[in-house]
Amino acid sequence: MLLTALALFLQTAPSPGEEPVDPYEIKDSNAGATPFSGTGMLEAFGGKEGIRRIVDRFVDANLADEEIGEIFAGHDQVRLRRTLFEQFCYILNGGCRYTGRDMKSSHKDLGTQHADMNRLVENLQAAMATEGVPFAAQNRFLAKLAPMKRDVVER
Amino acid sequence: MYFAKIMACAAAVLIAVPAAAEELRQGGKLLLTNGVTTIEGASGGGISTWALIAGNETTDGIGGSAHVSIVVLPDYDWQSHGAAIGLFDRVELSYARQNFNTRDIGAALGIGQDYVLRQDVFGAKVRLFGDAVYGSPWAPQVAVGVQHKRNLDGWVARAVGAKETEGTDFYVAATKLSLSTSILVGATARLTKANQNGLLGFGGDKGEDYSVQFEGTLGYQLSRRFVIGGEYRTKPDNLGVAREDDWFDLYAAYAITRNLTATAAYADLGSIATVPKQRGAFLSLQASF
Repeated sequence: MLLTALALFLQTAPSPGEEPVDPYEIKDSNAGATPFSGTGMLEAFGGKEGIRRIVDRFVDANLADEEIGEIFAGHDQVRLRRTLFEQFCYILNGGCRYTGRDMKSSHKDLGTQHADMNRLVENLQAAMATEGVPFAAQNRFLAKLAPMKRDVVER
Repeated sequence: MYFAKIMACAAAVLIAVPAAAEELRQGGKLLLTNGVTTIEGASGGGISTWALIAGNETTDGIGGSAHVSIVVLPDYDWQSHGAAIGLFDRVELSYARQNFNTRDIGAALGIGQDYVLRQDVFGAKVRLFGDAVYGSPWAPQVAVGVQHKRNLDGWVARAVGAKETEGTDFYVAATKLSLSTSILVGATARLTKANQNGLLGFGGDKGEDYSVQFEGTLGYQLSRRFVIGGEYRTKPDNLGVAREDDWFDLYAAYAITRNLTATAAYADLGSIATVPKQRGAFLSLQASF
């Protein structure tokens, strides 16, 4: 009992620079997609460093976006960048663990509409294109994210 | 006048849809996911109707489009133009006018040099379920629709043996962009009596009942803005005096902006009104909001 509580505390203890969050079970399946096999996709994204640059550009673009910037403004930016990086790195088979929440609870009550999701996809496409990710590889990655729409967009 | 009716219908639907009471959201569709406009005025490719809904709107708004298309053939000129309304990415209402200039063939057939066969097409389409881009890669967007066609030169249609000068097509269409392969797939089954789309009337001496025809497309997405592909469309062959062939094209569609898409294609329309090998260029411009 004490051990479980301790484990939960250690798991969810905030990383440096992040605000504390309510405890939740940490598991890779929270990423909402299974990883690619092989190293092809990781290479197409410029390895972990490439993924980090894409995530930073992507988050910057979303924050500056006049349509969806508000949705992102209220979030812990440090945690958002870390968990997004982990999620992308995990899915692209970069050897990362995903420690964020699942897609449903992390997008709960955000009031996200279909047009917001599309705008987000366009910002991600722009970030991937700037990093030089080939379009076919961009689409292969989006194929992993596409089924998440039902958990992100509120009906 | 008919377009005014469509607009009135659209207005009625708007009043009936509760979402309209909330704030409507302008635009928001991903580039190219409103399709381009077929020669019958529906959202699709050039000759095959797809399950996509016209306009740039999502489920939270209202959009629309207008188009002009020409097909330059060895012996004919085809021109169509029209407009469509998309309601909440659910319902599409469309109108297209087709003008088919018979040039020298008109004189040869005795209907007059440069005689233009004209037809109005009124369309309605409803997306039943699915999403062409999101969701399961195995679950296509599926829509059903009707196209009511009124041939405005019925005497020519009757002269070549058509039974009717008006007809209504019914179709079901499924469309999916496979993101993992960047391949666009579409298939449509259509119940129709139309001879050459209806420009030569409906039904004839070789058949006067509905038949099931197929439309298919395969495309490859090269970028957010650019898709290339081909389409195939089977057609009835109801008229003894004028053999009719299946249609085929190879297309390239480019989203110049969010509001403007250009399409160019090589189209093989086979034999039309006794003149074989009608192969030429299809060009289309679509504005959407």
